[in-house]
Amino acid sequence: MAETLFPADIETMQPGQVRYSFLLNEQGGVMDDVMITRPKSANEQKTIYIIINASGRVTDMAHIHKNLPQLSARLLDDRALLALQGPKAAEVMARICDAPAQLRFMQSDKFVTKDFGELWISRSGYTGEDGFEISVTNETVEKLWTALLAHPEVKPIGLGARDSLRLEAGLCLYGHDLDETTTPVEANLVWAIGKHRRTQGGFIGADAVRDQIQNGVARKLVAIRPEGRALARDGTLITESSGRTIGRVTSGGFGASVNGPVCMGYVETAFSKVTTKINLAVRGSSLPAEIVSLPFVPHRYVKG
Amino acid sequence: MPDMYFTKDHEWVRVDGEVATCGITDYAQKALGDVVYVELPTVGKTAKQGDQIAVVESAKAASEVYAPISGAVVAVNDALSSDPSKVNSAPMGDGWFFQLKPSNTDEIKNMMTEAAYQDFVKGLLAG
Repeated sequence: MAETLFPADIETMQPGQVRYSFLLNEQGGVMDDVMITRPKSANEQKTIYIIINASGRVTDMAHIHKNLPQLSARLLDDRALLALQGPKAAEVMARICDAPAQLRFMQSDKFVTKDFGELWISRSGYTGEDGFEISVTNETVEKLWTALLAHPEVKPIGLGARDSLRLEAGLCLYGHDLDETTTPVEANLVWAIGKHRRTQGGFIGADAVRDQIQNGVARKLVAIRPEGRALARDGTLITESSGRTIGRVTSGGFGASVNGPVCMGYVETAFSKVTTKINLAVRGSSLPAEIVSLPFVPHRYVKG
Repeated sequence: MPDMYFTKDHEWVRVDGEVATCGITDYAQKALGDVVYVELPTVGKTAKQGDQIAVVESAKAASEVYAPISGAVVAVNDALSSDPSKVNSAPMGDGWFFQLKPSNTDEIKNMMTEAAYQDFVKGLLAG
């Protein structure tokens, strides 16, 4: 039933599997991007859990209720989400529960712990690294936060650091790289639409998506590596050698791992091929840059 | 060594004869976080006190740097292009930005002394 709303192949998801998906409008524009979990437990097979962006909590729920009134959809605002990410995440997580041994990338289950009750844990994240996303009750989240930080390997991460990690991993940020005017085809997210669903449709925005897959799109989301060290941030105009504007940066900053500036942005499709030379208009000058392939830093997921 | 003088925008200047060395303060580098890029002026550029003359970028944001004193740029700190983190580690030493030939050294009179600047920063922190 939820496949009316989400273009992902939900019916074929295995118990305990997590998938990336999105809500689309009729034009195929992305209203929000989400993580869908099919619970592992046999007595929860009629349920799916969806993690939406907090900014979409009102509009997403309205969209779901309006388009699928027969679905019993409820916002679990009694729970909070913590992400434990990085090469040592599994080592730390193993001191709390068995999740590292039980889960591979994009798998999820519920784990009963002595100190924190039941934790809903997925091996997933927004950094390109191995790690876990932990859903915990509001009552317990502070205790879990404090306990995690007590491990010498664990440090709190600010939004800037998180943003540079997800950008280097080539992961889209809703509101920047994705919004209601961009489509999954433009954003290279067709992989997240189930294969048979691309042909069969049956979800909101399917006609627009199918049309774009068949006939191509006018612009594409690309990765850009500026030469030199000057940063090109969100909103920077992208030009071709003649100076004509061909696109705009939607995420840009300093990539700490690549030790240099990195960007993502939309360009006219003719300029979207890797190794294409482009320019970035930064503070009145034209910085040379090149289209490169994503991710900037290889993912380090622990796959099954 | 001659005294440093400070602006409310957190630049410093030290005038030593014909050369005014300029940079940003420790308070400024702390507020910016890790500095990842500094856009320096070209030698020969002239600026009036308060004109935008450089840009300092951290992971968080790009910030304009203003000329603390009027003059012509006679040197820039090229070491910052390969190692902008000097602005964090030694903002008032190796992390200097540029040197000006001041056109009017009396301008330091409308700037803060180190003691006055420390009070100013204390006020901001108490803010």
